[in-house]
Amino acid sequence: MRKRWLKIPAAWITPLGVIGAVIAVAWVGIAFTARLWVPFDPLAQDLPRLQAPGIDTLMGTDALGRDIFSRLMTGAGVTIPLALMLVVMSLLVGTLIGAIAGYFGKWVDELLMRLTDLVMAFPTVILAMVVAAALGPSLFNAVIAAFVVSWPQYARMTRSIVLGLRTQNYVMAGRLMGFSPFKTLRVDIAPNVVGPILVLASLDVGTAILLLSGLSFLGLGAQPPTPEWGSMISAAIQNFDSWWIGLFPGLAILTVVMAFNFVGDSLRDIFDPTSQVSRAGARS
Amino acid sequence: MSELLEVSDLVIEYHGATVVRAVDEVSLTIAPGEVLALVGESGCGKSSLARAVVGMEKPRSGAVTYRDAEVPLLGVRRRKAQFTSIQMVFQDPNSSLNPRIRVGQQISEGIRAAVERGAEGSQPEEWLERVGLPTTMVSRYAHELSGGQRQRVAIARALAARPDLLVADEPISALDASSQASVADMMRKLALDAGAGLLFISHDLAIVRLIADRTVVMYRGKIVESGVSDLIWNDPVHPYTRALISAIPEPDGKGILPAAPAAEAPEEWRLTMPEALNRV
Repeated sequence: MRKRWLKIPAAWITPLGVIGAVIAVAWVGIAFTARLWVPFDPLAQDLPRLQAPGIDTLMGTDALGRDIFSRLMTGAGVTIPLALMLVVMSLLVGTLIGAIAGYFGKWVDELLMRLTDLVMAFPTVILAMVVAAALGPSLFNAVIAAFVVSWPQYARMTRSIVLGLRTQNYVMAGRLMGFSPFKTLRVDIAPNVVGPILVLASLDVGTAILLLSGLSFLGLGAQPPTPEWGSMISAAIQNFDSWWIGLFPGLAILTVVMAFNFVGDSLRDIFDPTSQVSRAGARS
Repeated sequence: MSELLEVSDLVIEYHGATVVRAVDEVSLTIAPGEVLALVGESGCGKSSLARAVVGMEKPRSGAVTYRDAEVPLLGVRRRKAQFTSIQMVFQDPNSSLNPRIRVGQQISEGIRAAVERGAEGSQPEEWLERVGLPTTMVSRYAHELSGGQRQRVAIARALAARPDLLVADEPISALDASSQASVADMMRKLALDAGAGLLFISHDLAIVRLIADRTVVMYRGKIVESGVSDLIWNDPVHPYTRALISAIPEPDGKGILPAAPAAEAPEEWRLTMPEALNRV
């Protein structure tokens, strides 16, 4: 008989999952420690301007003579925690709203879902821009703007899952055995919602980072001199011949988004026992 | 003798674009330790009746009484312990088991329901053994089992709750022909060992004849013939029952399939014949 803890590593062995997890953990580690070990003050403008990558400035300097490597590393500490916070907020609010809609049905469902449709009808970035513009450009407002547009997908997903589960035979069987509503939710419904929602959340971290950087790129998020990746790329537009200014923040966004997507993909395999079999082959 | 289950003048209607009367003034009873079979073609209201018996369907009129108490609707609230001795086995084995919970734990939930009613405890392994599955399956998930194994687990879970009334809604229709008879026979034995009444719904008269004490034939929401199984099998009175029996393929090696039922059902099938009811 297999023990439970043996099962999870079996699914983690997918190469992309491992690579993604390593990169994601590395970035999160950098995000929380960067300020302690970066070689230069990310805000200090005392280096030669537009210096190409070299020995002392690994990724060169920008137009104001700031070390890009230091800014990039401390920038992780700006974007990643905010993206994680954004995802957690959307997940909590969206799941709650979706679960209420799915569980109570009728007019509650109708009301909440029309509200969700309303928000979803707007193009994400445009609505976020409107919110950010209305509240004034700042990183915190960008998070609020991104939150407004990102909770509905959790609500939709949770609602559809709960709706489908409510009439499942095994839920009925549980109710026939005298499960309380709380126990039905805990035993029969929640375990079947958690997996897909966590997968969505881990895939969404990448999207959240893209969205926050995008808003900063447009000038609606992080304000100078905050070292944020999106605004660093934005600054690079003015110095197109100094390729290093935009390349490294771009690579940072690329790697972190892909890493979280890989993690999300392998989480999906872990949380869905059926796809686990198709991947690992039918186990005896 | 006081009846375990009494269904009286039950009417179930579905209101959509048109009103569909799925069950039309049906009455039947089940005594403890009795196997009652309900047969009929698809859409004749068998499943609606079964769902109403356990409280999953709201009757339009009429009553479902279990031990002199009306069976409450299975709502969001917790079901009272006195009604957890009604258990059901569903038609589709794939959705009857929770995909995230191990088989053993799901059977334990049934055992817990029995213990809460004051029955003595038991082990999931015992129940697996009783339905003919290896005890090592306690640690499996539903998706690791075949359809037939899942259905056996669902039966084990229902029986673990020590039901006094077991409702089986076409429990064997999703199984292959070779295991249909054995599962049906097993259900009869296990239900009778426990002294429970069994409402066995099927469209297969041949199997029903083997396991049921009494048989009820439904057509378009109404009971057209009912009584002792052998009598109905050997000497059907109602033309619809005759049509059902003649639709059973015979393994005579000639490879002849029975004629498909007429697209336009003869009017006489809808007749109610008083002499066809409650035959003893």
